[in-house]
Amino acid sequence: MKGYAGKYLIVDLTRGKTSVGRVDESFALNYIGGYGFGARMLYDMMPKPAEVDPFSPENVLIWWTGPLAGTISTAGNKYAVFAKSPLTGIFGFGISTGLFASEFKSAGWDGAVFTGRSEKPVYLTIDDENIELRSASRIWGRTTWETEEMIKEELGDESFTVASIGPAGERMVRLANITNERNRQVGRCGLGAVMGSKNLKAVAARGTKDVEVFDVEGLVRFIAELNERCQGPATEKYRVYGTPANILVHNKLGCLPSYNFQRGTFEYAEEVSGEMMLKTHVKKIIACAGCPIACDHVNQAREDHAGTVSSVDYESLELLGPNCGIRSLDTITKAVEICDTLGVDTISAGNVVGWAMECFEKGILTKEDTDGVELRFGSNEALLEALRRLCLKEGRLGMLLSEGVRRASQIVGKGSERFAMHCKGLEWAAYELRSLQTSTLGFAVSNRGADYLRSGSYQVDVKGQVDRLRLDKSRGKIVYDGENQYAVIDSLIICKFTRGVFKSMDELAKLYTLVTGLSMTGEQILKAGERIHNVARCFNVKCGVTRKDDYPPPRAFEDPLPDDVVKGAVIRREEYEEALDGYYECRGWSRDGIPLKRKLLELGLSKEAEEVGVEA
Amino acid sequence: MESRLRKIIVCDPDKCNGCRICEYICSFASEGVLNIKKSRIRVVRIEPFLNLAVACRKCEDPPCVKACPRDALTQKPSGIIVVDENKCNGCGWCVETCPFGVIRLHLDKRKVIICDYCEKHGYPRCVEYCPKEALKYVTLDQAARELSKKAVQTLLQELAAK
Repeated sequence: MKGYAGKYLIVDLTRGKTSVGRVDESFALNYIGGYGFGARMLYDMMPKPAEVDPFSPENVLIWWTGPLAGTISTAGNKYAVFAKSPLTGIFGFGISTGLFASEFKSAGWDGAVFTGRSEKPVYLTIDDENIELRSASRIWGRTTWETEEMIKEELGDESFTVASIGPAGERMVRLANITNERNRQVGRCGLGAVMGSKNLKAVAARGTKDVEVFDVEGLVRFIAELNERCQGPATEKYRVYGTPANILVHNKLGCLPSYNFQRGTFEYAEEVSGEMMLKTHVKKIIACAGCPIACDHVNQAREDHAGTVSSVDYESLELLGPNCGIRSLDTITKAVEICDTLGVDTISAGNVVGWAMECFEKGILTKEDTDGVELRFGSNEALLEALRRLCLKEGRLGMLLSEGVRRASQIVGKGSERFAMHCKGLEWAAYELRSLQTSTLGFAVSNRGADYLRSGSYQVDVKGQVDRLRLDKSRGKIVYDGENQYAVIDSLIICKFTRGVFKSMDELAKLYTLVTGLSMTGEQILKAGERIHNVARCFNVKCGVTRKDDYPPPRAFEDPLPDDVVKGAVIRREEYEEALDGYYECRGWSRDGIPLKRKLLELGLSKEAEEVGVEA
Repeated sequence: MESRLRKIIVCDPDKCNGCRICEYICSFASEGVLNIKKSRIRVVRIEPFLNLAVACRKCEDPPCVKACPRDALTQKPSGIIVVDENKCNGCGWCVETCPFGVIRLHLDKRKVIICDYCEKHGYPRCVEYCPKEALKYVTLDQAARELSKKAVQTLLQELAAK
């Protein structure tokens, strides 16, 4: 089989030893790559996940590319990282993009698995077959951007690509991410903190080998067609305004979270819109390696924080902006820079700071708790100071916020859990819960917690294809279909912004076959998607996840939206239960959200059927 | 007959976003493989904003040809530099001499590789595949004319705004 390198690296950090594992054809066909490989391997390598402390050496840190990385495939240079998440305590998973994935594959590797814990800080270099764990004592404490530069300098070649953690990951901040090429992140689930717990500062990769594909002529022809489609209407939004185009669209629909999800519109939306940002702050639009779309809008701050440069997408902009009551693009640009360089997820960070601001305004947190920070909505200084302290675990406020919103609200108590906006411990992303209800179901059942990237179920709401202010049983099917498709996309791995570019699952299967030479139909690849999703769910069931965990936070049910456009919108509990039942039925899971043996066997998951599956 | 006006590959830094699709397609066009380390065109990214792809400029009186101690490099009337693989021993003098840094040493063959403008295909594939039309295959005069147009447009817009 082509496309795959056919092997992965096994790194025992405790002993400082490396070995090689093989990727065989049945593994490839059943699990595709990326998400699929990670789910399968995390399940197999961690037989009793409930007993594993995410920060202990027993946690396993897994990196995978997919078959498309390093080929010319449209927006296909991606890699994924997995571990038991320190933020959620369940299946932890994140995807990043860029040249890193291409170099990694070109070095002759599909993935890397890290076990144990290094005694001292190290970083791994992958230079074709030459694998080395090198001392990171000189770079420990440095920001992600500094780390990239220092490692390239130390290795004497800037064609090394580097994925690293910042000071937040080193300190095991539960929101810590992994950064490559400055602006690209494995953002969610705190996987940077797992690297920190293992004393692994970075992975640097350089490859010089051809990435062999099955039908290179056919692939190049197909890519020409796909890349051409990528200049069409399906991706226009991303090309012109980037994802921040969503700000005004969501504001109009009343689904733009503001003031920690107390409202669904923002009175200063115009000032932080994608349109405004393009006019006043975007200095350059750049692309990930191999991407014909180019969505990455790099900002330069003006008066305040002049000279500050960061890449600002919708989620970062929204959660650090409107969700914290912030209307200054300069401040948001600076806030993203703090998160990116010190190394935390902007979504989770903006969410937890928003929660703390609400606590402060309600008198639940006092100036004593915040070490003197006037943590009010709309305060630029407060936002930036809170973020800095969060990243560095500085003082009482920093320590509290670094735990993430679920733990922080449990520590503070006093009813603050009621407006801690998360599911399964993962902070809710920038989609309002009550005015996008299919989306909310998708977020709540997701395998990694409150997650917009596992099913894309917000689309039917935003596009007006369903009554977005109500729920019914049929929504389960929408989420189910979306999840299976996205599991394929995340396993290949290909950028979700191409989803309107492919006409069918058959086209995705065709791409897979051109690259690998393994025959695959749209139906088969979708089945693989369903299989992959179920493996990850089974891992979560072993961690204790059941129906009780598949709910949005109380605010969704208890606080009707005050905004005129969606006045009174709230999720009705009985409707939610019905939609959840509908989802479980599609999935072939019990009413308690546990996969049925029968379903697992149908997917060829006999081990899961035995260990996790229940009878109907 | 070759035109006296040579066409070269030029890149618009405003449009180039560093996607490297030109590098991937070049490795395919030149050798039928996918490996950006074998590309004849090179994408330069200087953080945080600068992106530009550069290929052989078909210099007049090219320094690379002069530098080769084994006379392995010659320039065709079209401007394309031809590498005689029998003569090249990979010493790399030409690599160091090229002011644009667009000559590479082939990783497997240990001979130098230089953009041949996809001579057999008849048109540079990187230009065909550039998704943002940042790359153009034009004469320097055409490139200059585009710049003149841009400058005039900007000037007129500024005057109109006054």
